[in-house]
Amino acid sequence: MIHMENVVKTYRVARRNAGAKAAFKALFRREYQEIRALDSISLDISEGEIVALLGPNGAGKSTTIKILSGILYPDSGIVECNGFVPYKERMRYTREIGVVFGQRTQLFWDVPVADSFELLKDIYDISEQTFQENQQELTELLNLQELLRTPVRQLSLGQRMRCEIAGSLLHSPKILFLDEPTIGLDAVSKLAVRQFINRLNEEKHTTVILTTHDMQDVEALSKRVIMIGKGRLLLDGTIDDIRKEGESLDESLVEFYQGIEGLGKEEKS
Amino acid sequence: MKKYFSFFKLRLQMGMQYRVAALAGMATQFFWGFMLIFAYHAFYESNPDAFPMEFSALASYIWLQQAFLMLFTTWRFDNDILSMISDGGLSYELARPVSLYRMWFAKNLAMRLSEATLRFAPVLLVAILVPKPYGLSLPKSPWHLLLFLVTLVLGLLLTISFLMLIYGLSTRMLSSTGIRVFLSSVMEFLSGQIIPLPFFPDKVRFVLELLPSAGMQNVPLRIYSGDLSGAAMVRAIVLQIVWLFVFVIAGELLLRNAEKRAVLQGG
Repeated sequence: MIHMENVVKTYRVARRNAGAKAAFKALFRREYQEIRALDSISLDISEGEIVALLGPNGAGKSTTIKILSGILYPDSGIVECNGFVPYKERMRYTREIGVVFGQRTQLFWDVPVADSFELLKDIYDISEQTFQENQQELTELLNLQELLRTPVRQLSLGQRMRCEIAGSLLHSPKILFLDEPTIGLDAVSKLAVRQFINRLNEEKHTTVILTTHDMQDVEALSKRVIMIGKGRLLLDGTIDDIRKEGESLDESLVEFYQGIEGLGKEEKS
Repeated sequence: MKKYFSFFKLRLQMGMQYRVAALAGMATQFFWGFMLIFAYHAFYESNPDAFPMEFSALASYIWLQQAFLMLFTTWRFDNDILSMISDGGLSYELARPVSLYRMWFAKNLAMRLSEATLRFAPVLLVAILVPKPYGLSLPKSPWHLLLFLVTLVLGLLLTISFLMLIYGLSTRMLSSTGIRVFLSSVMEFLSGQIIPLPFFPDKVRFVLELLPSAGMQNVPLRIYSGDLSGAAMVRAIVLQIVWLFVFVIAGELLLRNAEKRAVLQGG
């Protein structure tokens, strides 16, 4: 369903030393540094899987999700999702995916949630019947009855996140991308989100790809774990491959991340 | 197209909520309108022969300009779009089956229409009551009114297509403040927002009237009072349409290119 082969993505970052002199110099001559966000990543994901992308901040998780959801162009490599090349066929491909970025909102701040949903209905060309069915189902499962008529800015983060997830599923996408869906949520909301994702995956076979820093998310959700560090694929396995005897998952993860630090130093320009 | 229309409708509804901003805007526009008219009157008194427009036509120009300020100003940007460009909020826009260009065009159109709708009626009403030649005259004929409305729409679309170019350029920069302020001010001057184009020296005016900026407020506001008519008017309308096409195509290309090179900041 998802196929990535040797995908490379670099960003160009302007660098200069601190201070007025350096700032003045940079007016005339900029120095750039190439940052390799993804350094030849290859992976395959089949339909109906729940996959967690793990890795320290800046490892390339979000870049991976953005390339897979058609938002970013890779520099090189092959990407194919559900028969599409995401970045080339963005308009058609994005009809079949749902995306939630935990740190941003797709709902309109000043109007009730239901208005945002109505707009999504038109954006994705959802038929009236499908829309009603999906909205009803999502409302029940995510407990949104009270929320639909509330303006987004008056929702708590947990309430908003449930609405965001519902909003990304109104058009029955085949793949759901969740970029830190549980960030900042309280225990109850986290649990609700996890239960919902599992249920969605079981009942509709939606493929779910998520990034998170919360190991409990991973334990509750995904059998498969992909670890990325410094733009490289470090591990493709299960959570048990990370876990070490007698340690908490977080501790094991820290050790793993510290191992990454040693990588890629020789490439610094 | 339906999705862009629904989006437009939603933004329009949202824009109609801001009443205090509208009141403040109206107060400014009344004051500004009177001030301009007094200033021009002083010039007129000193030498009526050197005045390039009929005084009543100028008064109408100023009142219409103040009433429809929000349709034509070149410095009214959509802050959502600007912050989206600078902080990477584009992600959601790109993850959906929508064209950035159409979506943003609809957004700006809705913003300007809602702001103008809240403001124009009271300004026009008062301006009509102001005694001649200082107030707003009625249009010369229903034909003039019709042409005014058509060119008003064209001028609005042209203004927005110009802003779309700036949004497009902004996607290539870390901070777009410089280019935005620079281009907005240049356009403000060239489009007759500060001084109506007839007041420029003939040779300068000849060039200015060929530029896209002349198609924004200059054309509808002068057609209304009959200051622009005949062959000059036809030429002005044709130029409006040509520039609109050029700007829309350039903006589309710019944003399509931006989609390819998007660097989304802030994770």
